[in-house]
Amino acid sequence: MSGDHPLLVARGISKHFGGVAALDNVSLEIRPGEVHCLAGENGSGKSTLIKIISGVVKPDAGVIEVGGETYAHLTPRQAIGAGIEVIYQDFSLFPNLTVAENIAITSLIARGRRAVRPSDLRSIARPVVERIGVGLVLDARVEDLSVADRQLTAICRALAQDARIIFMDEPTTALTWREVSALFRIVAALRESGVALVFVSHKIEEVLRISQRITVLRNGGVVVSGEASEFDRPALIRAMTGRALSDLTPSDTAWREGQPMLEVEGLGRGGYFEGVTFDVRPGEVLGITGLLGSGRTEIAEALFGVHPADSGSIRVNGQPVVLNSVRDAIRAGFGYVPADRLKQGLFLEQSIARNVIAGSLDRLVGRLNLLRQSVADRLAETSLTNLHVKMSTSRALARSLSGGNQQRVVLAKWLARSPRVLILNSPTVGVDVGSKHEILEMLRAKSREGIGIIVISDDVPELFEVCHRVLVVRRGRIVTELTGDRLSEQAILDELAA
Amino acid sequence: MTTVTSAARRFRISRLRGSNNEGVLVVAIAVLAIVVGLFSPSFWSVATLLNVGTNSLENVVFAMAVLIVIISGGIDVSFMAIGIFAGYSVIVLGNSTGIAADSAWLGFVIAIAIGLALGLLNAFAIAGLRLPTLIATLGTQGIIRGVMLAFIGRKVLPTYPPGLESLSTTYLFTDHAAIDTRLNVMIIPSIMICVAVSLMLRYTLVGRGIFAIGGDAESTRRAGFPVTGLRVLIYLMAGALAAVAGLMHVTQVRLANPYELVGGELDVIAAVVLGGASIFGGKGSVSGTVLGVVLIALIKNSLILLGVPGAWQRAAVGALLLIGVSAQAISAVGRRRRGTIVQEEEEAAA
Repeated sequence: MSGDHPLLVARGISKHFGGVAALDNVSLEIRPGEVHCLAGENGSGKSTLIKIISGVVKPDAGVIEVGGETYAHLTPRQAIGAGIEVIYQDFSLFPNLTVAENIAITSLIARGRRAVRPSDLRSIARPVVERIGVGLVLDARVEDLSVADRQLTAICRALAQDARIIFMDEPTTALTWREVSALFRIVAALRESGVALVFVSHKIEEVLRISQRITVLRNGGVVVSGEASEFDRPALIRAMTGRALSDLTPSDTAWREGQPMLEVEGLGRGGYFEGVTFDVRPGEVLGITGLLGSGRTEIAEALFGVHPADSGSIRVNGQPVVLNSVRDAIRAGFGYVPADRLKQGLFLEQSIARNVIAGSLDRLVGRLNLLRQSVADRLAETSLTNLHVKMSTSRALARSLSGGNQQRVVLAKWLARSPRVLILNSPTVGVDVGSKHEILEMLRAKSREGIGIIVISDDVPELFEVCHRVLVVRRGRIVTELTGDRLSEQAILDELAA
Repeated sequence: MTTVTSAARRFRISRLRGSNNEGVLVVAIAVLAIVVGLFSPSFWSVATLLNVGTNSLENVVFAMAVLIVIISGGIDVSFMAIGIFAGYSVIVLGNSTGIAADSAWLGFVIAIAIGLALGLLNAFAIAGLRLPTLIATLGTQGIIRGVMLAFIGRKVLPTYPPGLESLSTTYLFTDHAAIDTRLNVMIIPSIMICVAVSLMLRYTLVGRGIFAIGGDAESTRRAGFPVTGLRVLIYLMAGALAAVAGLMHVTQVRLANPYELVGGELDVIAAVVLGGASIFGGKGSVSGTVLGVVLIALIKNSLILLGVPGAWQRAAVGALLLIGVSAQAISAVGRRRRGTIVQEEEEAAA
């Protein structure tokens, strides 16, 4: 497809919220049959731009040209009528309805139907499912589907609406490595038919792999827009963050000399993992990776006593420890940053300071078990300053922080206890590139201070960037250890795909 | 490939069980009938059928109101208050002013109007003020009942306007073998209402919208449904259905007692939940609900036949509600587990 005649042109879009410019004179051009990546850190204005194009938010200035018409602003209905569809990160599906209904219902509403006949549902849903050639069962309920199949259902729904431009917000976050490949094949097929896809993504490698053109936003303005072939990883990171980031894998080898601070031997939990043996030395960052469901998270949860192991032994500094509960694990000096930090790691409706001290309350109480507020305040302030958390005041609610800063607060909570071993599950999911880099930097710094650090992740560049050693888990067993020369992004990918 | 075949296999098994465990309920009812019949042979009689029918004809209509609300992800505890308000008011109105005195039809029309007005009160609290449904309807239950006792009346009324008086003695069946065992003709409109609600839920965009809201309200909004309007409609329908059921009850008992019904919400809610409607919203069926109502009526009837004291009936229905909810929780866990296995199969196959 040639890009001569764009599907959509947004020109000079500006939007202010209060006194803050969310978007300032932003222009964007989407051509038929392209995958266009909208890249940028949190708060760069990506979501505002999508909301304006899909008609949810009214711009202060600028025009949108689509389908031969020029609009000062679009209504949601006009946007859908012009073939613009947004697939949000949560897919906006109905878990209790069938695949066919999920695909067809928006079209029925758009047509102003009152009656819903099963035959209509099928006649709308079947052609789209066949068009992208996937094996979705039309009568299956969406809640019974895998995340990848739910996403396909959302894509089919957009196509049923005659979508010509599909925006996808972080489409690969919840997918396994294999599912991402399958998604990319479908995306390629859609491009053939002239549909344009706009990806909003944090993952640099994916952005470079899938898109034809890239537009980078920073602080509400377009930094650069051009052919994907003009970018490489450092250039893209520089455009997004405004600075160059060193991304050398740690090469220091001093950790090899140390005595293991954590020794795990023959750890097993029926049905989840078995025979897991490894150690962690001071100054080392150990990565554990594997596909979704491989047992990587279960191993972390066993070490933190959430779901205790039923066989094997664990020694900390040579002393055997029994970890039958979270309490035991904390007492033995373990800290755990869970994957779902919103649900498990933070009290969103509490102040930032309270979140930080939440893990150290036992050390902050005086006589009668009352909290020593001044000591607590001091601890919170020190931890937050050390981690460079950007906030108005430590009394603000944790909810008000961006993803990257929330993750730092979770880290601050555990570092406030000075743990001996810190386990982090997917530490930078949903965190923008700049914060991600700083968080990984900090982990390395902490490991040099002698804290044993275990990173559980399937983000390959992240593992490569931060870990000295990577263990690969498959079906509950450690199958490979990658270190030194054998540790590369390609090696990790190959092991995951094996 | 594995996903397709295993999903298809699951689909076939779930068909036998019914999407809302209707199959299980049918078996439960059959087993109950056989067991109770063994202990008390008088159970197997036309009289039992008529008793269950009499009991159920108003309760299924109440249950339709509750079903709609529960599918949309809410809960309603004001429906009995609306029912008795409407039923009692129609009798008072007919007796004192003669309005709609000669026609039972008109009586029901007035009841529906009252039900819509009271439903609007719920809609205002829930769709307008965005209050949680349990608290909102608990509040309106108190208001509705208080207003009725303060302004409409507190007396038990034995005389009815002629229209409803004659409806109350119009029977579809009479079992001459057992004294006083009859089935009122109102069973017919009651069945028609169930069919209408079932068609509405299944084949109209409003009905699918009710399921959609119960599944995910935010997605419903994004799909283009007018969510607030739909919520208003849900509580209007629930109000009208509750009012009809209330007048059916008052007509059947032939003694209009304003202190009745409120407090009896448990039977209906238990029936709807036993019938497979998810308390978290998004799931439920008319056939399941009707079976749930019948099962509860049968159990209460059986307990009487077996000589169990009346106080235990309530306990039994309460236990059934917990069983219904637990069954849902267990099948949800089962679904999650199946999901994991499918994923493992995929990994293994690939």
